[in-house]
Amino acid sequence: MMRTSFAALIIASCILMRAFVKPSPLHTLEMDTLLTSEGDSQRTQYPYVTGTSVIGIKYKDGILMAADMGGSYGSTIRYKSVERIKQVGKHSLIGASGEISDFQEILKYLDELILHDNMWDDGNSLGPKEVHSYLTRVMYNRRNKFDPLWNSLVIGGVKNGHKYLGSVSMIGVNFEDDHIATGFGNHLARPLLREEWREDLSFEEGVKLLEKCMRNLLYRDRSAVNKIQIAKITEEGLTVSQPYSLKTFWIFSAFQNPTVGAEGSW
Amino acid sequence: MDRDATADVNAPHSMGTTIVGVTYNGGVILGADSRTSTGLYVANRASDKITQLTDNVYICRSGSAADSQIVSDYVRYFLHQHTIQLGQPATVKVAANLVRLLAYNNKNMLQTGIIVGGWDKYEGGKIYGIPLGGTILEQPFAIGGSGSSYLYGFFDQAWKDGMTKEEAEQLVVKAVSLAIARDGASGGVVRTVTINSEGVTRNFYPGDQLPLWHDEVEAHNSLLDILNASNPEPMST
Repeated sequence: MMRTSFAALIIASCILMRAFVKPSPLHTLEMDTLLTSEGDSQRTQYPYVTGTSVIGIKYKDGILMAADMGGSYGSTIRYKSVERIKQVGKHSLIGASGEISDFQEILKYLDELILHDNMWDDGNSLGPKEVHSYLTRVMYNRRNKFDPLWNSLVIGGVKNGHKYLGSVSMIGVNFEDDHIATGFGNHLARPLLREEWREDLSFEEGVKLLEKCMRNLLYRDRSAVNKIQIAKITEEGLTVSQPYSLKTFWIFSAFQNPTVGAEGSW
Repeated sequence: MDRDATADVNAPHSMGTTIVGVTYNGGVILGADSRTSTGLYVANRASDKITQLTDNVYICRSGSAADSQIVSDYVRYFLHQHTIQLGQPATVKVAANLVRLLAYNNKNMLQTGIIVGGWDKYEGGKIYGIPLGGTILEQPFAIGGSGSSYLYGFFDQAWKDGMTKEEAEQLVVKAVSLAIARDGASGGVVRTVTINSEGVTRNFYPGDQLPLWHDEVEAHNSLLDILNASNPEPMST
């Protein structure tokens, strides 16, 4: 209780300082230029802490989304408990790959969006299609300013019985499909999904399919981490699983004796 | 800013320093080395990289000394105002998020990685890591700076949850000392700052009192002492 009121106090004081109260010009200028981004004449950033693939599929009752919990820093796997799938309002899930600081900023934008939506108090609430549309505009407009949010996003959800799954990239490319993947998942997961996805997948089948894709990514994506979360969203509600690890398989005769029959090889 | 658009985006920047922050049952311990280098020259061999923001929140600074100093000065200023408005000590979370705001919104210009650590009455001891780019991550322990490369494996093995204050302090000193042994950009003394409900304690571990690691030898005043030890002169003690 107390903590949220402190947060509100900070937001309030920041808004006050910037909008309503006019303190000394130096003070306002300081706060504004420090707390908000300046207009640089040239601005393409570089990603520092990045998340790898996100996969999403439609299934019988809704949407399933999977991502690992890794935050890479160049070639170092620096963080292993980054939540890359988050809830957005009542009806949607967002999964992100790419720069984590930009994802955190996007979550703040979405917080504000949902807050204002709730403040209308009109019985309506933003669904996944609307959230996707909003994010597409945000990402595309940033791209036009040469100042992208360095992410590939997956938005999924169910509203009024309609399942929705879409993606937006850092340059504003957006589309909707029955199965979506970002990053390495485009190359490794989508072929699997094209073969094995069906409209009437059960929850168990969907999870198994996602796990098959995630295991493949674990073998072949250098920035993958063996700690994943699978999120489910249906008309009834949404759950993000606890983090867990996948078993991997290494006992194959070709692995144990890779150079059998080849003289002088290694 | 004029940046080479073809730079390898996968190569992280290395930052001269080793900084560490760990939580224990009751508070946090921040640790750092004391070397500030300009190129190959050690500009300051006894710098203090653990900087105070408020009575109960401190930060470890790495990367550009100028950038990290100016960020900490501004956050200290904002926190001071915030404390006056709030009427009680600022929380570690607020301090960390203010650092994040500056780091994120100026990400093209700043080159500094920061570890925020402190104690407040709501959450107890907390550590927040804010690497390049302005990501904020609450962690049970955090490492940063160029020397941290050598500590990932060490912490994977040596970190345990629920350590005592003494265990945690020893872990921090050992870690920074190991990083100093291998990282050319880290060196000097190990400084630690312990923050808990009772307050703040600073500790100082001079370079010559740190444990010796592989291939390091004991220090002597002079060769002559060594020679005299094995061949004492007649009639000398």
